[in-house]
Amino acid sequence: MSEADAPTATLPLDAWHRARGGRMVAFAGYEMPIQYEGILTEHRWTRTSAGLFDVSHMGQLIVAGPEAEAGLETLLPADLAILKDGRLRYSLLLSDDGGIIDDLMVTRRGDHFYMVVNGATKHGDIEHLRARLPRTVVLDHMKEQALVALQGPKAVDALARLAPGVEQLTFMTGGAFEIGGVPAWISRSGYTGEDGFEISVAANRVAAVADLLLEQEEVKPIGLGARDSLRLEAGLPLYGHDLDEETTPVEADLTFALSKRRREQGGFPGWHRIATELADGPIRKRVGLAVEGRQPVREGAAVIDGDGDEVGKVTSGGFSPMLEAPIAMAYVPAASAAPGSEVRLAQRGKIFQAKVTPMPFVPHRYQRKGGAS
Amino acid sequence: MTIHYTEEHEWVRVDGDTATVGVTDFAQGQLGDVVFVEIPDAGRQVTKGGEAAVVESVKAASDVYAPVSGEIVEGNQAVVDEPSLVNTDPEGEGWFFKLRLSDASELEGLMDAEAYKSFCESQ
Repeated sequence: MSEADAPTATLPLDAWHRARGGRMVAFAGYEMPIQYEGILTEHRWTRTSAGLFDVSHMGQLIVAGPEAEAGLETLLPADLAILKDGRLRYSLLLSDDGGIIDDLMVTRRGDHFYMVVNGATKHGDIEHLRARLPRTVVLDHMKEQALVALQGPKAVDALARLAPGVEQLTFMTGGAFEIGGVPAWISRSGYTGEDGFEISVAANRVAAVADLLLEQEEVKPIGLGARDSLRLEAGLPLYGHDLDEETTPVEADLTFALSKRRREQGGFPGWHRIATELADGPIRKRVGLAVEGRQPVREGAAVIDGDGDEVGKVTSGGFSPMLEAPIAMAYVPAASAAPGSEVRLAQRGKIFQAKVTPMPFVPHRYQRKGGAS
Repeated sequence: MTIHYTEEHEWVRVDGDTATVGVTDFAQGQLGDVVFVEIPDAGRQVTKGGEAAVVESVKAASDVYAPVSGEIVEGNQAVVDEPSLVNTDPEGEGWFFKLRLSDASELEGLMDAEAYKSFCESQ
């Protein structure tokens, strides 16, 4: 059964979205807002002010127990031993042949780990984790927890008014706060390339929290459409499109997720293949493309060689609202992966010229430790 | 001057033997922000129901079909240069192309404004 045919469930903020004019579509098994005012307006609002995103479809997991750290290290290439309390890491669930089962965020939170995984893959991830983690490890799927993201250069102003102290968080750190009396786990992280926060609160209180956030003059609600165009400009891959079980972290240009100690010592699934690719280079690589002209080249378009044979694939593509030009992510042969390389794309019988471009397409503006943004 | 509508959400404004074609306000609302338009060259023959133009929004690409057969007289360069005209003035400045009708009887199968309004409400 494909994603589109699956019966859809409703999110805790379903009525909230509809009341604010959200146009609902099926996504990851849920009815979700694709847009409110319009994708371009919402995109630009997020880049200049602050946008509120509902990401409650994502899976929020607790992994606890004395063997949790060692158990997770057998499934993820992250160095969890050096992960300090309240710090987040981007990591990957890997299959035995080095394919990506999912990408995720893992946070050390006191005596347990808190993980956020993709909505469309969460049930498979939970099965995988339950089958592979030591029996002493307790895995809790926090189904009663909602997740929203507040993203943009003014997110900190809006949120600090409601939850004083959040301005002290730096990129990829989190802590416990309250918003209007509602307990919230807040991290300085997101999926837009902007400064911003992800906020986990009880599902039965999330509407009140969303109302308080939306009362701030900097904040507007933002749909999935702009979420996708924002993450594409930020060069961030989307699981199921740019990443899948046929893709390795080296091919996907996610080697930053392979911690130094883990690369050297191994002990995670697919290490042999990954170590070989790190040493010899992958045969294909995920790159950013600037496409000539104005017409968007979208997911599924072919990368072709001089003879017109398919040698790669566009995995995400669209129109960049900030650059006002088409951009894409694609897998290309290693020989064509260097910035500046010219590649040809084919879509619906038409040929497009494109140039490999360093990502992000639009600079990240994270608030890193040390004050430099 | 009469305006006809199609089930594919195009409008056709007929003036003598010339028809101007665009997409309706309902269609632009469904498409969302238009970022690219491709128009047919003058002189091209199009047949009723055949692909005539392309319109792409941030979300997706859509074909615009010729609502009637004829020879393209002019494509609207203004929507190529400024695709957002399709959103801001779909049934005016945002027109796509003009064609010379080859068979005026093809207009008979199209809807008038009232019928199109009910058609949209049933969508």
